Amino acid sequence: MEFLNSWVLPIILFWPAVAALLIFITNDERMIKWGSILASLLPLGLSIYLLAAYDQGVGGMQFVVDIPWIEPLNASFALGADGLSVPLIFLTTLLSTLSIYYSAGTIRYRVKEYFLMFQLLELSMLGVFMALDYVLFYVFWEISLVPMYLLIGIWGGKNRGYASIKFFIYTLVGSVAMLLAILGTYYATGTFNILDAAAAKPFMNLPADQALLLSSLAFWGFFLGFAFKVPSFPFHTWLPDAHTEAPTAGSVILAGVLLKLGAYGFLRIILPTFPSTSAYWSMWIVALGAIAIVYGAFVCIAQTDLKRLIAYSSVSHMGYVMLGIGAAASAMGRNPDGTSMLNDPAVFDSAAMAINGALLQMFMHGIITGALFLLVGVIYERAHTRALDKFGGLGTLTPYYYGFFLVAGFASLGLPGLAGFWAEFFTFRGAFALVPLWAAFGVIGIVMTAVYILWRIMQSLFFGEYDSTKLDHWTTVTGEHADGPTDMVAFEKLTLWPLIIGMFVLGFFPMLVLNYFNSFSVGMLESIRTLF
Amino acid sequence: MDGFLNLAWFVPVPPFLAFLAIILFLNPNKVVSSLTAITGAVLSLLIAWPIAFNVFMTPNFGEHPVFGALYTIPTGKSNFIIGYQVDPANALMLFMASFLILMIFIYSNGYMTFPGHLDAKMYPRAADENMDPRYSRFMAYISLFATGMFGLIVSNSLITFFVFWEVMGLCSYLLIGFWYEKKSAQAASIKAFMTTRVGDAIMLIGMLLLYVYSVPSTLEFREILSSGNLEHLATTVVHIPLLGLDLPIATLTAFLIFFGTVGKSAQFPLHVWLPDAMEGPTPVSAMIHAATMVSAGVFLLVRMFPLYFVAGEVSPGLMTFVGYTGAFTALFASTIALAQWDIKRVLAYSTISQLGYMVAAIGVGAYVPALFHLITHAFFKALLFLGSGSVIHGVEHGFHHAHAHGDGHGSHHAEIEERIDGNLDLHDPQDMRNMGGLLSRMPLTGWTFIIGGMALSGFPLITAGFWSKDEILAYSWGLGRPGIFWMLAIAAFLTAFYTMRQIGLTFLGSPRSEGAEHAPESVWQMTVPLMLIAPFAIGLGWFGIPASFPLIGGLVPNFIENLQEPYLEYLQLHVAHPEASFLPLLVGLVVALGGLTVGWLVYGKGIGEHQVDPVRKWLGPVWVLFHNKYYVDELYQATIIPFSLALARFLALFDDKWVLDPIVDFVGRLGVWLAGVLAAVDRLVVDGVVNGVGNVSDRFGGLLRRTQNGNIQVYLLALVIFITIWLLLETLPLILTLV
Repeated sequence: MEFLNSWVLPIILFWPAVAALLIFITNDERMIKWGSILASLLPLGLSIYLLAAYDQGVGGMQFVVDIPWIEPLNASFALGADGLSVPLIFLTTLLSTLSIYYSAGTIRYRVKEYFLMFQLLELSMLGVFMALDYVLFYVFWEISLVPMYLLIGIWGGKNRGYASIKFFIYTLVGSVAMLLAILGTYYATGTFNILDAAAAKPFMNLPADQALLLSSLAFWGFFLGFAFKVPSFPFHTWLPDAHTEAPTAGSVILAGVLLKLGAYGFLRIILPTFPSTSAYWSMWIVALGAIAIVYGAFVCIAQTDLKRLIAYSSVSHMGYVMLGIGAAASAMGRNPDGTSMLNDPAVFDSAAMAINGALLQMFMHGIITGALFLLVGVIYERAHTRALDKFGGLGTLTPYYYGFFLVAGFASLGLPGLAGFWAEFFTFRGAFALVPLWAAFGVIGIVMTAVYILWRIMQSLFFGEYDSTKLDHWTTVTGEHADGPTDMVAFEKLTLWPLIIGMFVLGFFPMLVLNYFNSFSVGMLESIRTLF
Repeated sequence: MDGFLNLAWFVPVPPFLAFLAIILFLNPNKVVSSLTAITGAVLSLLIAWPIAFNVFMTPNFGEHPVFGALYTIPTGKSNFIIGYQVDPANALMLFMASFLILMIFIYSNGYMTFPGHLDAKMYPRAADENMDPRYSRFMAYISLFATGMFGLIVSNSLITFFVFWEVMGLCSYLLIGFWYEKKSAQAASIKAFMTTRVGDAIMLIGMLLLYVYSVPSTLEFREILSSGNLEHLATTVVHIPLLGLDLPIATLTAFLIFFGTVGKSAQFPLHVWLPDAMEGPTPVSAMIHAATMVSAGVFLLVRMFPLYFVAGEVSPGLMTFVGYTGAFTALFASTIALAQWDIKRVLAYSTISQLGYMVAAIGVGAYVPALFHLITHAFFKALLFLGSGSVIHGVEHGFHHAHAHGDGHGSHHAEIEERIDGNLDLHDPQDMRNMGGLLSRMPLTGWTFIIGGMALSGFPLITAGFWSKDEILAYSWGLGRPGIFWMLAIAAFLTAFYTMRQIGLTFLGSPRSEGAEHAPESVWQMTVPLMLIAPFAIGLGWFGIPASFPLIGGLVPNFIENLQEPYLEYLQLHVAHPEASFLPLLVGLVVALGGLTVGWLVYGKGIGEHQVDPVRKWLGPVWVLFHNKYYVDELYQATIIPFSLALARFLALFDDKWVLDPIVDFVGRLGVWLAGVLAAVDRLVVDGVVNGVGNVSDRFGGLLRRTQNGNIQVYLLALVIFITIWLLLETLPLILTLV
């Protein structure tokens, strides 16, 4: 156990690289597919072990690995996991396994490269969630772009060239801003260790006006890097294109995990490292979040392409994350008398609930939107179109599909009793205590979400009668001709079941993941509270 | 015995297990599915009734309600407790809901075996199997619905209350849209969910503010309704920036939470979804309108009554608002009801109207009468809805019988008769103009329906509706709300009138269509529940006879009040009681008997086959206004809905076509263009000094251009693999040495 606890993170992290190498030397497509699936089970199993082994009573970073790496740079190979990253690591490995399993049934050309890319993608995402060193963090952050760029560019839809370049360049611009901010932080603190830098509170020893200027520069540098990734309104326009063109499993990972990297950056780096500066600029985060919720929901209503609609719904849903983060940030400042606002237990708990809500939203959105994109893939493999007006009456013809879509759709609109509700509830609970007006504005999004889920998706796809004249070319999932829509087959069901069960279980027992997140948010806020 | 009450949390579980079992495994077998659902409902009843009667039998139970915790959710340094509670108010609800839900389940078992109301072309299998094709699905949905209702009743906090509240919202969406092949059913289901969602979103704001401002910060009923916290809420004033108002937080939250009730209990102006909800199968109407969902809205007010009471003390305007919303809705809906032809729609509007009574009762501070009327109404309205379903079945069967040698099952083509009192589809089994004289054809249904109708009209002394309605009238008069009193009195008159109209058109006179002529009595699964519910529609009233009632008052103890008063004491609420007064009693008698008499005179012998509704002639355009529901739907269709859609389209174009994305594309093209320019400069001005700059820009430009032909892929892939291998080589020796 002792040995496993000290090495579990590197093993999870580099296992996909080993798998990639094995794929590289294999030529049999069947072996590649099954090998990939089997290989991805090890990180999944170990991340479940992480969930069990993480000691919430102690809290903080556990399973830490810290090895000198590039000594001239002072960079070290430092990994660790805490209440924030443990559930996200689990989410990453879970969605990776499901995506690989689903892809094994649907990817038909350049199989080897595809599964190779997927392993590298998993490696890079896990690296971001585990890295405790800025250099390492940045390296993994950048690496994650490449496989996704290729997944969209090679296995994507008709307009994949445009979408993949847009995705790549857009995120790269953000990365450059982040790199500058990392360097600024390094020069202010003399360390690349993320936790040490946060503890050192860069720039705070300078005179007040200089401190604000320099830390604001660093704040905005990081902000751009992360906000492009989230994506926050108005930097979200790469997302609908990337999602629409990406292959199904690519969309699942993109929505399920890659977007979370941005929000993760806010909570791992921005808030703990620049608490007062975050408080100073918090209303920007809050406003962008609240606008994204409402704006995204309205834009969804006007979409005609199913996948694009769900892509925009991600913009709306990630708005909750921003709202929660911003609300918590607004509580990190000082009262007029110079004491920390967090000294008030009510404010402290509200800030914690805002962060918990944002984190839950990240986790739940990963599960729910992951499932929704898989469901879009299911129908696209059969109909080869995603235009909403081509469908209708599927409720009778494909009841299994209807049932799954119903659960995922209602979870997405935040129906209490399913996973999405608690995330929205706690985000709004924190936000109403700290930034009530913006929170009240955000509530409009709740109503509009119901409009696009029920009116656009459910009615178009499942209600009414099936009309064979609307769409004459149907195939089965394996590409053979079919007379009409056919229901889900075993491998599709198996891919979705874990996610559907997750929505139910977390809908009634949110504390299963909330306990981890709460230990993180309380720890972080406590360290900020005791600063002043 | 208290230990037994701690099983309250288990009441919602059996229907939920039934739901899961049907959805996952049992659905291919319709009979087993239906029996599973009924078993779930029976198990719930077997837990709920002993709990309820235990509460009823324990003297002064309200002074020590039972609270229990199941698990906690972390909220920062504090925790939130998810649990259950048992008190006199929810014991009554458990008693009512568990019984009615079981009756409705048994009734559904009979109702759904007749698919005659389905178009044979749309549902080819239905006619062959003589069963609704989605029978199992139906039983699963109503099981989930029951879960929602029971969960809501036993909830110990507003959060879990809201969770189950929305679970019911989901089920009503699924059930109203059950026959989703029909356009009208699609529209009705979405309308129901969206309208209540608007109310729920406002309620959510109220809940969250309550959560934020309560001390301690929680939503457990026990804590938020404690007198200390309520006093804190009443004295904390918040400023509402955009409106420039200063309000006590108690008033603000009570006002916002009220919209939850307005949506769920279909009060004006969010009442529009409820009549359309008739698109669902009839047992659903009974579930939604009587036993469960709409009661939940009023039950919310009953639950939160201490908050309203305290808020009403600091800002009396709030209670006036609540009271008049209810009274107005009661009057408004009863005028619509007297100009409808669809047998279920009349009942739907009557439900809205009766819910208005309860809301008005809360508004005047009449806690016990509101709860009392909630319970009695649930019974007689369930009876009426189930009875109307039986009637529709009968008429439907009648039409089939008449056409048995014609074109077969269910494929009746619409024959429309144009009339000045609304067009008539001659084969519509729900239109009361196609009925008449059914009492002799369907005696069980007819007599139980008449019992329910009498209870609804408040037929004096013997029916339950009289006692509960009388209480509300007495309170609103006695507590100084004459405006509300008179509105409710007029509504009561209209209620008695349209109920008599409905009975007359349906059961009396002579048949006006082949369907009515050949209508058979329904199967036992449908009539037995009717006969079991009917005694409650009469007898329940005797448990709430006020002690001050002339002659018979005091002969029977006022059970309902004796049960609830200790709980109000426990909550430290000192609710006012009205002085005994003859006027409200007299008015109550006059409006009930007067309405029934006028109704009898007009419709007592039914109407002729092509005769226009007499009231249509007397009221002229006013009748048309009633008939068209005051055009509220049309108003929404012309304003809010197109506005939202236009905004959505505008923002989508803003995002994708006009502003945001074009900016991004422009920047991108500018970059490529710049690279091209620099590359050109580099090529043309081959100069030692600019060579360095040129090289860089050439590469930059080239890189950008090359991204489109795939070279970058190779480049970046190599980079990734290189870094990965290097990382591995770096760390591997270390790992090995440490092992």
